[in-house]
Amino acid sequence: MEYTILILLLPFVSFLFLGLAGMKLRPVVAGAIGTAVLAVVAVLSYTTAWEYFSAGRDAAGLYPTLMPWNTVWLPISGDLHIDLGILLDPISVMMLVVISTVSLMVHIYSFGYMKGERGFQRYYAFLSLFTMSMMGLVVATNIFQMYLFWELVGVSSYLLIGFYYTKPEAIAASKKAFIVTRFADLGFLIGILVHGYYAGTFTFTPAATTLAAGVMIPLALGLMFIGGAGKSAMFPLHIWLPDAMEGPTPVSALIHAATMVVAGVYLVARMFPLFIGYAPEVLHWTAYIGAFTALYAAVVACVQSDIKRVLAFSTISQIGFMIVALGVCTSNDPHTGGLGYMASMFHLFTHAMFKALLFLGAGAIIHAVHSNEMSTMGGLRKYMPLTHITFLVACLAIAGIWPFSGFFSKDEILTACFSFSPVMGWVMTAIAGLTAFYMFRLYYGIFWGRENRELHAEHTPHEAPFTMTLPLLILAAVTCVAGFIPFGQFVSADGLPYTIHIDGSVATLSLCVAVVAIALATWMYAREKQPVADRLAERFSGLHRAAYHRFYIDEVYQFITHRVIFACISTPIAWFDRHVVDGFLNLLATATNGASCLIRQMQSGSVQRYCIWFLGGALGLTILILFIC
Amino acid sequence: MIKMEYYLVVSTILMFVGIYGFVTRRNLLAMLISVELILNSVDINFVVFNRFLFPEQLEGFFFTLFAIGVSAAETAVAIAIIINIYRNIRNIEVKNLREMKW
Amino acid sequence: MNILSLFPAVPLVMMLGLWLSKSRRQIHAVMVVGSSVLLALAVWLVFHYLGLREAGETAQMLLTKSVMWYAPLHIHYAVGVDGISVAMLLLSAIIVFTGTFASWQMQKDVKAYFLWFCLLSVGVFGFFISVDLFTMFMFYEVALIPMYLLIGVWGSGRKEYSAMKLTLMLMGGSALLLIGILGIYFGAGATTMNVQEIAALHNIPVQLQRIWFPLVFVGFGVLGALFPFHTWSPDGHASAPTAVSMLHAGVLMKLGGYGCFRVAMYLLPEAAHELSWIFIILTTISVVYGAFSACVQTDLKYINAYSSVSHCGLVLFAILMMNTTASTGAILQMLSHGLMTALFFALIGMIYGRTHTRDVRQLSGLMKVMPFLAVGYVIAGLANLGLPGLSGFVAEMTIFNGAFMNDDTFHRVVTVIACTSIVITAVYILRVVGKILYGTCENPEHLKLSDATWDERFAVICLIVAIAGMGLAPLWVSDMIRGSVSELIAHILS
Repeated sequence: MEYTILILLLPFVSFLFLGLAGMKLRPVVAGAIGTAVLAVVAVLSYTTAWEYFSAGRDAAGLYPTLMPWNTVWLPISGDLHIDLGILLDPISVMMLVVISTVSLMVHIYSFGYMKGERGFQRYYAFLSLFTMSMMGLVVATNIFQMYLFWELVGVSSYLLIGFYYTKPEAIAASKKAFIVTRFADLGFLIGILVHGYYAGTFTFTPAATTLAAGVMIPLALGLMFIGGAGKSAMFPLHIWLPDAMEGPTPVSALIHAATMVVAGVYLVARMFPLFIGYAPEVLHWTAYIGAFTALYAAVVACVQSDIKRVLAFSTISQIGFMIVALGVCTSNDPHTGGLGYMASMFHLFTHAMFKALLFLGAGAIIHAVHSNEMSTMGGLRKYMPLTHITFLVACLAIAGIWPFSGFFSKDEILTACFSFSPVMGWVMTAIAGLTAFYMFRLYYGIFWGRENRELHAEHTPHEAPFTMTLPLLILAAVTCVAGFIPFGQFVSADGLPYTIHIDGSVATLSLCVAVVAIALATWMYAREKQPVADRLAERFSGLHRAAYHRFYIDEVYQFITHRVIFACISTPIAWFDRHVVDGFLNLLATATNGASCLIRQMQSGSVQRYCIWFLGGALGLTILILFIC
Repeated sequence: MIKMEYYLVVSTILMFVGIYGFVTRRNLLAMLISVELILNSVDINFVVFNRFLFPEQLEGFFFTLFAIGVSAAETAVAIAIIINIYRNIRNIEVKNLREMKW
Repeated sequence: MNILSLFPAVPLVMMLGLWLSKSRRQIHAVMVVGSSVLLALAVWLVFHYLGLREAGETAQMLLTKSVMWYAPLHIHYAVGVDGISVAMLLLSAIIVFTGTFASWQMQKDVKAYFLWFCLLSVGVFGFFISVDLFTMFMFYEVALIPMYLLIGVWGSGRKEYSAMKLTLMLMGGSALLLIGILGIYFGAGATTMNVQEIAALHNIPVQLQRIWFPLVFVGFGVLGALFPFHTWSPDGHASAPTAVSMLHAGVLMKLGGYGCFRVAMYLLPEAAHELSWIFIILTTISVVYGAFSACVQTDLKYINAYSSVSHCGLVLFAILMMNTTASTGAILQMLSHGLMTALFFALIGMIYGRTHTRDVRQLSGLMKVMPFLAVGYVIAGLANLGLPGLSGFVAEMTIFNGAFMNDDTFHRVVTVIACTSIVITAVYILRVVGKILYGTCENPEHLKLSDATWDERFAVICLIVAIAGMGLAPLWVSDMIRGSVSELIAHILS
């Protein structure tokens, strides 16, 4: 399967070409090149998946781990070297399919969405760069390659968030996204260093020396998780993701909903054998962090008014679900405590599809009303029927309603949680209910409720062009059927086939909760006026305000960066450098200068005075010689 | 015959007169004349020592002649400089020569 | 004639040519031809060197040649190269080449400027090919002196002050160095000045090493911007003309790291072991301190100068880690930092040449006005903060990996502290990029400015290609360096 290298090379070439020559091309041509390349990549990914899974299992009943390419890129020392290559196993192949699908959809969608934007060519160049980096990340053969592409996706995310580089908010958001994830990457890097040193390898397979490393491997894995938490926006490193919505909406769909933000989940899944073998406690801690994040983000999402922010927090919450699912694993046998691994990957897969759909739908809405605020919307179902239907499908999916894909994956996650501990199970079920509630609040706020007539009179909202609705339809179709994929046959914690079976009680419970939440949302938000919601907001105004301001986490960061790091570290250091270190040298120079000023008084320039000195000296010497000798 | 000491006394007086003049005069020409006095005293010493201590050798005389020649040349150079200074600042007082100090 | 002697000889011939040339055109012609020859020579040398190694040459120094110069002190004109010096020669040639194009627009007294520029290159090239302590020292001095005039005459801002400060501090460093070199010479029995021979003798008593090691290390460290001897760097770079900043930060500062490794560590290994902890602390401070300082500067050149302090600190830090990986990383970092920082200074010079200000607060929205320079600046910034695919990542990762191989607590702690610099670097780079390139251009005067001219584009593109080349395919250069570094390290550890 050597052709898989093309999956990486083609987008890279496309990036270079569009980046260098793009501005000379007409926008449509540049876009067409980018999309065509991505279409080829998608076809290659599907072929890879087809070939890989149809090749069958090996004697042990596992799908083989293939490495069609692997070359040493940079030797470190002895056994340690950074390789670049392609590793194919069930989860990486699954990710290839997810990324190429969503990316292709976004490429097509952007034709309509970004039409007429300045820098259209640059946009497609960056999209290619991102796709290449993300593909490289998932097919990484070793942890360092993963880190390498991890940084690259960070940069492409930075470039794309800051695409509207004349907008101050976009600049600030891109900077924030990069620096926060970079900070988390510091943990990742140190984790890699620790792991590399003690395990003696960068590969994912546990080495013989790993066991001897004792406490160091859990430490390394914990540090790596910090990196994953940064990219996957886990509390308290989530602050960059809502701001990242300043980027173009298709970018949010691709990077900040479907692919890059799940890199942290993918990282944990990738390191799963190590986690489960050497550091189950660390794994459980990730579950607690994930659960808290999911809860926090769901609460915040309930009160946001910017539709992209709601979706952003919903993404954070859903990633929390995936992390929880991984974290609650207690063994790598899906029948006894290892179900979460499969559930997490399954949810990653379905979530990518329906969340991309939600974002692209939101993009279509924003395209129509030219605003992100929910107050400018309302009653849009008449104007945008296609968007409405597809958005509804996605909402039902994320709420976990049968037969949409979200139901199946979320059900597996809840089952895994219940088998870990009932508390975890109930908490996650409650969060799932919250999810259904805020998603339908969003849905009603956009498509039902009071229409903003004066705004709509100015420019009537209209259905998006075909290039934008086509991806919506495709993704909606995928969302409808994806749940019936026998996912466990392909991906499971121990690699053996696992037949998904719906746990009746959990399914009933989650369905009931979801339906109740949707009903509540309908009761509160579906009508023209929303007396209940307004009264609640008034009654709990403190909580409402705190949640609206995301519990002031951003302000805390603002304080730390500006008041502490800039004002209390950098400025004093700069002052110290100029005044103490440099001042000392200047003092030295001044002192030398002063001393020479003193001495130069003797250097009067008058020959006669020198002559006296000379005579005095000669006389003195004579006397000295006469008396001593 | 006149004893060597008398010559030496004369040359010493000449020497100190020269030094005194060199140190105290503020006029470049006067200083130049004083330097000449010092040189002459040294010349006398050379001749005298040669004459009294090593009568069969001639180095002292040669050295004296040499010194006279050099001092003549040197005086010429010095006077040239002094004239140039005079042209520039219209006097030859030492205290006015600050241009090239330090 | 030894092929290596061409490196200092070509700039000398160029000086002759410059002296004879009558017009700007001829001066430019001489410079372009000369620096192209140097670049070609350096590239050829790389291939030739790799070829010789391929053919099984195992001697540590290749292409050696030694001519007696002053017998009583055993001073030879001795040259030779190993992988490290080949890499540094290539770096120098690239910087001289691009520096020529970066000073294309220079108006004032072009001839004298390029004459001094060439003299500087003589020193730099001579230093990297020398294996004789005294010759090395001599070329080192040759490289330092022209800097005074280049900054003092062609600089901007407080140029006299900066030039004087830079020269005095570096001269102070070389005074220490001279004492140290004489100490090594006499300590090793006063029979030879050749670095290889002294290392082979390996007979300097430990108590003497303890005295000479700090002297030599600090002597070279001043040039390598070792805290607290780095303060010449911000002022000097801020005042220097573009190409001089490039050459100075890009190559001259590398003389420091190279010397620390080749002379201080290599010839005084026992003392290096005993005293390394002091310098590790100092370099760790350099790394973090430079980065933090850069965060709040408002002059573009100051930002970059402090960033250089941080990155060059990392070079010395890695050298002191005393293992092959970290030291290879140090040499890679020298290369990478040389290219990056030259690119940075070139771009800053070009922006300054148009806007006549380097104050971050007065610049904004340049991306719209001069897209080429802005994109170049972004790439330089990304290289600086260690984006994979560009050179910074390769060097930093090698260093951190190497540093992590010392498994005592002290080394672990300083390594983690040094690692934090990658976050701070991101902060100051993105701050500047966000401030001056993005946003809307607020100064109406700036809207009229033009983008880069062809010579500027050429210089920038050359540097970017070099950075990306090293970042994408680091294997060959890493291997070339590693081979030589491992021999030096083996000697240091023995």
